[in-house]
Amino acid sequence: MKPCYINSAVSISAQDTLDNSSFLENTISFEGQLAKAIHPNYKLFISPIASRRMATSVKMGIAAAKKALELAELETPDAIITGTGIGCIEDSEKFLNAILDNDEEFLTPTSFIQSTHNTVGAQIALTLKCKGYNVTHVHGAASFESTLLDGQLLLHENEAKTVLVGGTDELGKYLINDIILAETAEKQPITTPFGEGAHFFSLSQSKQNNSFSAIKGLEIFNKVTPETIKTKVEDFLKDHDLTTEDIDAIVLGKNGDAFDELYQTLQDSSFKSTPQLHYKHLCGEFFTASAFGFWTAANIIKHQYIPKVLKLNTIKKSSYKNILLYNQLKGQQHSFTLLTSC
Amino acid sequence: MPKNRVAITGMGIISSIGTTVEANLHALLNSQKGIAPIVNINTRHKNEIKVGEVLQTNAELAKSLNLNEDHNYSRTALLGCIAAQQALKHANIDTIDAYRTGLISATSVGGMDLTEKHFQNYNDESRKLINSHHAVDSTEKIAALLGITDFTSTISTACSSAANAIMLGARLIKSGQLDRVIVGGTDGLAKFTINGFKTLMILSDTDCTPFDANRKGLNLGEAAAYLVLESDAVVKQDNKTILGYLAGYGNANDAFHQTASSENGEGAFLAMTKALKVAEINPENINYINAHGTATHNNDLSEGKAIKRIYGDSVPDFSSTKAFTGHTLAAAGAIEAVYSILALQNNVIFPNLNFKTAIPELDLVPVTEVTKKPLNYVLSNSFGFGGNCSTLIFSKN
Repeated sequence: MKPCYINSAVSISAQDTLDNSSFLENTISFEGQLAKAIHPNYKLFISPIASRRMATSVKMGIAAAKKALELAELETPDAIITGTGIGCIEDSEKFLNAILDNDEEFLTPTSFIQSTHNTVGAQIALTLKCKGYNVTHVHGAASFESTLLDGQLLLHENEAKTVLVGGTDELGKYLINDIILAETAEKQPITTPFGEGAHFFSLSQSKQNNSFSAIKGLEIFNKVTPETIKTKVEDFLKDHDLTTEDIDAIVLGKNGDAFDELYQTLQDSSFKSTPQLHYKHLCGEFFTASAFGFWTAANIIKHQYIPKVLKLNTIKKSSYKNILLYNQLKGQQHSFTLLTSC
Repeated sequence: MPKNRVAITGMGIISSIGTTVEANLHALLNSQKGIAPIVNINTRHKNEIKVGEVLQTNAELAKSLNLNEDHNYSRTALLGCIAAQQALKHANIDTIDAYRTGLISATSVGGMDLTEKHFQNYNDESRKLINSHHAVDSTEKIAALLGITDFTSTISTACSSAANAIMLGARLIKSGQLDRVIVGGTDGLAKFTINGFKTLMILSDTDCTPFDANRKGLNLGEAAAYLVLESDAVVKQDNKTILGYLAGYGNANDAFHQTASSENGEGAFLAMTKALKVAEINPENINYINAHGTATHNNDLSEGKAIKRIYGDSVPDFSSTKAFTGHTLAAAGAIEAVYSILALQNNVIFPNLNFKTAIPELDLVPVTEVTKKPLNYVLSNSFGFGGNCSTLIFSKN
């Protein structure tokens, strides 16, 4: 597929990332199991009346989406593609609790209406009055990458000239506790906190004045083993006429669990002499956490600089042209994303 | 003729009117609906609603998949596995890795049926069920069953989900990203959705009556259906039997309201218009419209208006099959894709059951009897909350 250009990158996360004036300069480290998002002043993005009924994910999503369009100087995109792993869990929990507490009586529809996974994408479309292509991808840890693939495909097919893509996930209040309990019972559990956030990006078919990076390649796949991961990544790079030496940094979705072996295998082999980075200690683990990784990679290319807090080794490059991201969750929903300068 | 055609070479389905493609066709041809009082879910509303329920219990479904008793499959995953397995078999695929093969599955309710049993009650027993909640879970289980290690994806756009899964699959084949892909959707009934639609006051206490002036709302249903899509190259190489083609697709957003459709059916109109353009055909080439037709006041009026915006007074034969199956939410687009292909294969239009009086604002009368006639193109609509509107066009040749 043809490359597609990135014209803006916006992050709302557990770090102070929405403010574009610095790039991970003063980061927060987390002691507990939760890394809650730092919320902007939503009044800047959403009317207080509308905002009052919106769950965290919807608010974060609309704010990040609007900011991404503003930075890209785009009024309305041709398409809106949203990714979420856990969906609108706050409203799902509200409705579920109401069903259970009142034995299916005295229910009101609001939280049900807002519980569907496509609420964020729909609310963005509604806010922008955007009637174009609109899809929500919910493929776990590859939800965000699915939006990239879908967006790239639309631009490639000439179905759209500009696409807004993004990922949102909120922690919620109840299920997350059970997820953490279940995780803690694992032999080698996730050691990063659990997080939340919204990340939006404006993509275009042609290079614009404000384009600062491009998506060169993307692959989503279901299964790989520590024995086959090296070949898999090398084949992926080969498809894009690159070798491991061409990669100026590799961004890994390490979270401390047993499946980090997949990342470690690459760190110890193909990318031994490559700057190696991680990020989930900063944003926490959540289904669209890889969008935070994507945001860091795009910013590294933009600023030609790697913040120290991301580094897993001390290797440096004179310039950062090609950055490869690899993410997976529990050995499933794998993705390679290749970013390049433009 | 458009380049890189997308052939349909296999189908699988489990719904309230049958657990195989043949059984579904038999029911459709004999006007045997699958709407009845609910059996498998113990809900307070059981005497007030009628649903399109798959009668097998979870234990029976799990047994047919040879699962251990301590499995962590949601009803959505069980239904999905059964339908996807059928589709693969129907397409005569035994070596999954022979080509680049993907899976795109749609769901809206995911594993909510399990979550509502263990929510806020964590223990050793429920631990294995926690992560079955997520939408991706049923897709992972289907992928594991079919042996798909390559591209997998999950889509959730409420009641248009499966249509979007089918659309993405077609686009990946057309652009050469995949050689073949299993696409469709699955949704099991859950207290969550029953109560949700109940609060919206759009559930009918009788058999639903799509496009009828006195319609009272929808019957919820549960189902799963999958299609196997293959590229021209694979079809040629393996000398495959072709059931039909996916000729066109369109996706648009109504951008009007979170749950209500706009009065003039803007999103539906745009989706149908785009699909006709992709198929490179004129509106009059469509021989039959399998409408979304949920039998809610809002949908049928809005969809009818959108159809009239395209066709004026020359609306093609149309019907909604939701009076057979109920509204199967995220699976609906795939269920109706199977019915569209069956219509093309058998040159038959399935009836819109329970219709008596035309909606005055529309004056549209659907096909109410099993009607034989040559069909070349069938258009199928799926619309969802969030303004998500999708249209698929299937062709015989």
